[in-house]
Amino acid sequence: MSPSAKLKPPVGANDHVQGPAKAPVTLVEYGDYECPYCGEAYPVVKALQKRLGDQVRFVFRNFPLAEAHPHAEHAAEAAEAAGAQGKFWEMHDLLYENQDALEDGDLVRYAQALHLDVPRFVKEMEAHAYVERVRADFRSGVRSGVNGTPSFFINGARHDGPFDLGSLLAAIEEVA
Amino acid sequence: MATEDANKILAPGVAAPDFSLHSTPDQLVSLSDFRGAPLIVAFYPADWSPVCGDQMALYNEVLPEFHKFKAQIVGISVDGSWCHDAFAQNRKLHFPLLADFEPKGAVARKYGAYRDREGVCERALFVIDPKGTISWSYLSPVGVNPGADGILDALEALAAKK
Repeated sequence: MSPSAKLKPPVGANDHVQGPAKAPVTLVEYGDYECPYCGEAYPVVKALQKRLGDQVRFVFRNFPLAEAHPHAEHAAEAAEAAGAQGKFWEMHDLLYENQDALEDGDLVRYAQALHLDVPRFVKEMEAHAYVERVRADFRSGVRSGVNGTPSFFINGARHDGPFDLGSLLAAIEEVA
Repeated sequence: MATEDANKILAPGVAAPDFSLHSTPDQLVSLSDFRGAPLIVAFYPADWSPVCGDQMALYNEVLPEFHKFKAQIVGISVDGSWCHDAFAQNRKLHFPLLADFEPKGAVARKYGAYRDREGVCERALFVIDPKGTISWSYLSPVGVNPGADGILDALEALAAKK
């Protein structure tokens, strides 16, 4: 519970990770591909990664607010399906760069653009092969004290302030 | 200014004060309706906060986790039942919002969860056990959505006691 909300479980082998495991800073985002605030945070995280380089490890976990955002759940599953073919981050970026186009047909289009095995992608999407993975992320978010999207954790502690670049950098400097 | 003490919320071990409030313009919901199962009571300041950070929208998504503990949830604010109705429809909420509207804030006051200065409820959470006793309570800073982790911890503790 705030303000001591702690990331549970810690970053592990199942997570989608960018950056070195030994980086002094681990930034975890719980996000929703249809959430406009997550859309605002997307370029901020990119800028932060550019600025901090090897000093930061970035992790993305799914937190689709499916009742509020009707496309969020499928979009999350699409990123996981792309991840199963080694292209999680490419799909993650495409989804955030095209938040207005997240219909199932759009998702297939992105799979094509990323040169995925499209029949496999479609089959897994139709079977909801990654729904349990997405739910597991969601549940871990709830137990970690995620209270909306995006929610950031810096070295395991929930960041409660604003998430513009300056605020995130300042919060990171405090812990690192 | 209201003192901290005047705003203290009811603590665990206390019998939850009964209430009977409108969930829709023609439907009343009472605490006693929930006897026999845990009930989460979430006081909150107002309907219509931005959706991605909204406390009620979050609980709506977490309902399956609450239901694993057979727990029900109600939200309570001083908004009227027509307002709640529009808000609940807009956000597709699947649990009742109760209107602590007339006399304004009377139930919130009984729980120590009313902000006199602003005339709204605190962000205060209560888990009430199947017999009607408060088993957990938490007062959040009014600007911070407290999330659901504390509620789930409390429901877990309640289930373990059985």
